[in-house]
Amino acid sequence: MTELLASPPDVDTGQEIGRARRRKEDAKLVNGQTLWTDSINLPGMAHFALLRSPMAHARITSVDVSAARALPGVIAAFSGADLADQLGSLPTAWPVTPEMVSPPHPPLAVDEVRYAGDAVAVVVARDRYTAADALEAISVDYDPLPAVVDLEAALAEGSPLVHADAGTNRCYVWPFAGGDYAAAKAAADVVVRRRFVQQRLLPTAMEPRAVVVDPVAASGEITVYSATQIPHVLRLMLALTIGIPEQKIRVIAPDVGGGFGSKLDVYAEEVIGVVLAQKLGRPVKWTESRSEGYQATIHGRGQIQDIEIAARRDGTILGMSVDLLADMGAYLQLVTAGVPLLGAFMYPAIYKMDAYSFTCTGVFTTKTPTDAYRGAGRPEATYAVERIIDELAHELGRDPVDLRRQNWIRHEEFPYTTIAGLTYDSGNYEAATAKALALFDYDGLRAEQAARRDRNDPVQLGIGVSTFTEMCGLAPSRVLGSLSYGAGGWEAAGIRMLPTGKVEVVTGASAHGQGHETAWSQIAADLLGVPFEDVEVIHGDTQSSPKGMDTYGSRSLVVGGVALHLAAGKVVDKARRIAAHLLEASEDDVQFDKGVFSVKGSPEAKLTIQEVALATFAAHNLPDGMEPSLDSDAVYDPENFSYPHGTHLCAVEVDTETGRSTIRSYVCVDDVGSVINPLIVEGQVHGGLAQGIAQALYEEAAYDADGNLLTGTMADYLLPSAADLPAFVTDRTETPATSNPLGVKGVGEAGTIASTPAVINAIVDALRPFGVNDLAMPATPERVWRALHGGADGGGAR
Amino acid sequence: MIPARVEYVAPHSVTEAVGALVEAGEDAKVLAGGQSLLPVLRLRMAYPSVLVDLGRIDGMRGVREEGSSVVVGAMTRHSDVIDDPLVRRYAALLASATATVADPQVRHRGTFGGALAHADPAGDLPAVAVALDAEMVAEGPGGRRTIPASEFFVDYLQTALEPGEILCEVRIPKLDGEWSAHYEKFNRTAQAWAIVGVAAAVRRSNGTIVEARVGLTNMSSTPVRARGVEAALAGASADAATVADAATRAVEGTNPPSDLSGQADYRSHLATVLTRRAVSRAAHIG
Ligand SMILES: Cc1cc2nc3c(=O)[nH]c(=O)nc-3n(C[C@H](O)[C@H](O)[C@H](O)COP(=O)(O)OP(=O)(O)OC[C@H]3O[C@@H](n4cnc5c(N)ncnc54)[C@H](O)[C@@H]3O)c2cc1C
Repeated sequence: MTELLASPPDVDTGQEIGRARRRKEDAKLVNGQTLWTDSINLPGMAHFALLRSPMAHARITSVDVSAARALPGVIAAFSGADLADQLGSLPTAWPVTPEMVSPPHPPLAVDEVRYAGDAVAVVVARDRYTAADALEAISVDYDPLPAVVDLEAALAEGSPLVHADAGTNRCYVWPFAGGDYAAAKAAADVVVRRRFVQQRLLPTAMEPRAVVVDPVAASGEITVYSATQIPHVLRLMLALTIGIPEQKIRVIAPDVGGGFGSKLDVYAEEVIGVVLAQKLGRPVKWTESRSEGYQATIHGRGQIQDIEIAARRDGTILGMSVDLLADMGAYLQLVTAGVPLLGAFMYPAIYKMDAYSFTCTGVFTTKTPTDAYRGAGRPEATYAVERIIDELAHELGRDPVDLRRQNWIRHEEFPYTTIAGLTYDSGNYEAATAKALALFDYDGLRAEQAARRDRNDPVQLGIGVSTFTEMCGLAPSRVLGSLSYGAGGWEAAGIRMLPTGKVEVVTGASAHGQGHETAWSQIAADLLGVPFEDVEVIHGDTQSSPKGMDTYGSRSLVVGGVALHLAAGKVVDKARRIAAHLLEASEDDVQFDKGVFSVKGSPEAKLTIQEVALATFAAHNLPDGMEPSLDSDAVYDPENFSYPHGTHLCAVEVDTETGRSTIRSYVCVDDVGSVINPLIVEGQVHGGLAQGIAQALYEEAAYDADGNLLTGTMADYLLPSAADLPAFVTDRTETPATSNPLGVKGVGEAGTIASTPAVINAIVDALRPFGVNDLAMPATPERVWRALHGGADGGGAR
Repeated sequence: MIPARVEYVAPHSVTEAVGALVEAGEDAKVLAGGQSLLPVLRLRMAYPSVLVDLGRIDGMRGVREEGSSVVVGAMTRHSDVIDDPLVRRYAALLASATATVADPQVRHRGTFGGALAHADPAGDLPAVAVALDAEMVAEGPGGRRTIPASEFFVDYLQTALEPGEILCEVRIPKLDGEWSAHYEKFNRTAQAWAIVGVAAAVRRSNGTIVEARVGLTNMSSTPVRARGVEAALAGASADAATVADAATRAVEGTNPPSDLSGQADYRSHLATVLTRRAVSRAAHIG
């Protein structure tokens, strides 16, 4: 099953699937011919800007926009109260429990602001500069209320409330269990307990968010251009929240420059834009600035994880318990409440155990709302598991790789149903780990580590391992239903064979940097037997791609790609019937190979699929009653999630004098099932590694006690660049998924998930001789230095 | 963010520029490379009425030799400083430090004079100017004057330049012969500002450090000359233990800030470690 795949770029293998093609999207991107939302300028278009609260929590006692209105060039200015009736409340799609507290979320605050950055008023002006000036002319009186910043304090008796009407800061409690954890713990020889903190992160897509709304299409519909990952969901949600009939809204996601989950939302600015455009009868535009986005775009992570693992002295893991506090921020955005639940099923990870208990408490704070960020719940879970397994290994005096090997699901045990109730269809942890160890020179590095320890080298070496699996390919609709999610998880695809034999592929997935146009073309080319260049992929516009659930959660290929597979099958089936008719053969005798229909036994009788397409268009001679079209639509609802996995190894040099950690080598072997395009897979892994390493070493959205975001610009929020990252050694094993016909598993989040714990495990490994057994993230040099001097986790100071 | 409205003039001579500044009064601002000023304007942390762009004044750019000094025009871009043969030969410390500033884009716009006039204690070049005993040549309504680096940096983002005065050029005494230099910068990502930086130039003769110059970045609201370290190194034996010992005096007279990128005690610790490293590298020890 498992084999190495390493084909060099752009080699014609006679097959498109598996070929390392350069992306067809890229020429346009690198030549500046991209159509970003912000590049759209419509006749008569005005610009709007939002005045945002400088305070985390306050009552609004007055908002006066009259001076702003009076400025030359200003078209309109409104307070939250002025527009409250039209704006309604922003939607949340995931009521995780029937009792969940789901407070109203006005796009413009009316009586109270609940996080620094909450919008209180809007101005519309002739240009962006005038709009920015007008904001300064608005006067707002605030009556400060206490900030709610700390998750535990927020739950304590007598804490100030984020939403006074709710009577609590507890958003929900979501328990889940498999087996009897108390019994497992009682039977255990060793119980290790840890608290890990998932710091908040600021998603930083290359393209900031932007919205353009055109209210005046000839057909009477309203067109919303948005830098969004979810044009289809956005259309539905705008219809439901503003009450515009769904058929009267068209949403277009033009070229979108990254999202990582931060554009998987229905935002205040989208709703405000629609209302303003309608009210004023002219197009409007809003584009966030970077520092504005750091407050007004969702944040990622934000959890406190209390995790306990129970094991026998021989290393057998018996059970695990997890108690989570998840920071919702001030309001529930689209899937805020559900993000931790995507992690709930992943704590048992690749390990066998008899008992698992999980509780998540969602907590409101006066901070920017959180929501899905690359990996959404699964990186958090993987971090806690992979960290605590290392602690268990240390406790038992075992090699961390060895302890993992003892407990993981062996490849002959698939399909395997975990204690969390998921059925992993396939995997081969042995193969991926063996390959990673060989590439890494594990034994050599351990020897060097010992030598450095012996000679008290000021630069110590640490080795970190992390395995992972994730449930992706979101998601089987019935599972989403059982988790109370508001929609299904299917995906749609369509194929149109044009008279000239060219192909239009319509997908409901909404690419924003992933390379779907290339990958979908490769799939269609192989399945239809047409040249790659003849395929055009259409996406991101609810008019031309009317049906879809969009792109997030490593789902596009695993769900949308399979929908394409089904659609292609329908086209080939119909073309076969037409070919049989034209060739005067029995349908059963017509075979299809590489775009050619031929009759068994008479090799000269054949038709290309292009010839069939033309004949279908002409419709002069079709079977009786057959519709003259060679198009098809398919919707695929997966029966199971997919489960990519991998083994990541990281060697870190820690300068004990300064506390600086430098990654010396990083090896990962991922198994994402069958590969459509190895170059795209490689790109996804590299980007994911960078983001995961960034959480370990660099990024943190820091708040002060008053709820002010301290890292509100890129000067304070540290994003690593290529210069800060090592050359990654990446490789793959390929264990095809058995749950879908393409054998694919999804790669969008893999690198992000495994790299964070690999790095922290390496640093802790380097520092064990100094009595250090944990480090708060990001493991800044100062934190490491303090940990070295205090023997603690360095969490106290930043 | 979106800056507020501002007038813009681009004079062709220093005299004209001074005239423009005087005419506009207190709210005028000099614009050099814009790499510090424009972010301030975009965040609306300042509302100057006029920007006086020095970019069209030819005489302010470039490096020349004048007797025992290297003279660097205030408008010389960081990227040109790094590659300049005179700077590399006589003021290697400046080249070493400038190479660590920001990223290539910023270095192709930001200027030496702008970095000094901005007087950010986290900037890498003020400590170099102080260590090398540079002299700032400024021109204002009252004519030209020369300000020693030791008096130029007054406080956080504050220099001895008077309103209406322009920093024209910087005279750096040549370090000729057996001098070698190294700037040791400690930051978290390649493009980040220094948490602490140490600028060291050392004249070594055989086994002895004859003389050393050491300046510290981000250890006070102004750059700090580490006189104690210099005194301990003068005439000392060029070995690791001696240098380590001397480096412990780096914190003398400093008043390091505590902020998001480091608490004061950590900065003090770093100053000692980095001083040892900077001097050792410069003196080719270890
Ligand atoms: C992303 C980024 C990272 C950076 N990282 C670093 C770093 O690591 N280390 C570092 O040292 N610097 C760093 N900088 C700052 C950079 O070096 C700037 O170029 C420098 O600080 C200012 O130079 P400038 O020519 O851009 O000046 P400007 O921004 O144009 O001006 C800065 C200030 O100095 C005044 N001024 C400028 N020239 C004169 C003059 N001749 N006479 C009188 N007043 C004058 C201006 O009025 C203004 O107040 C960074 C900048 C950016 C944008």
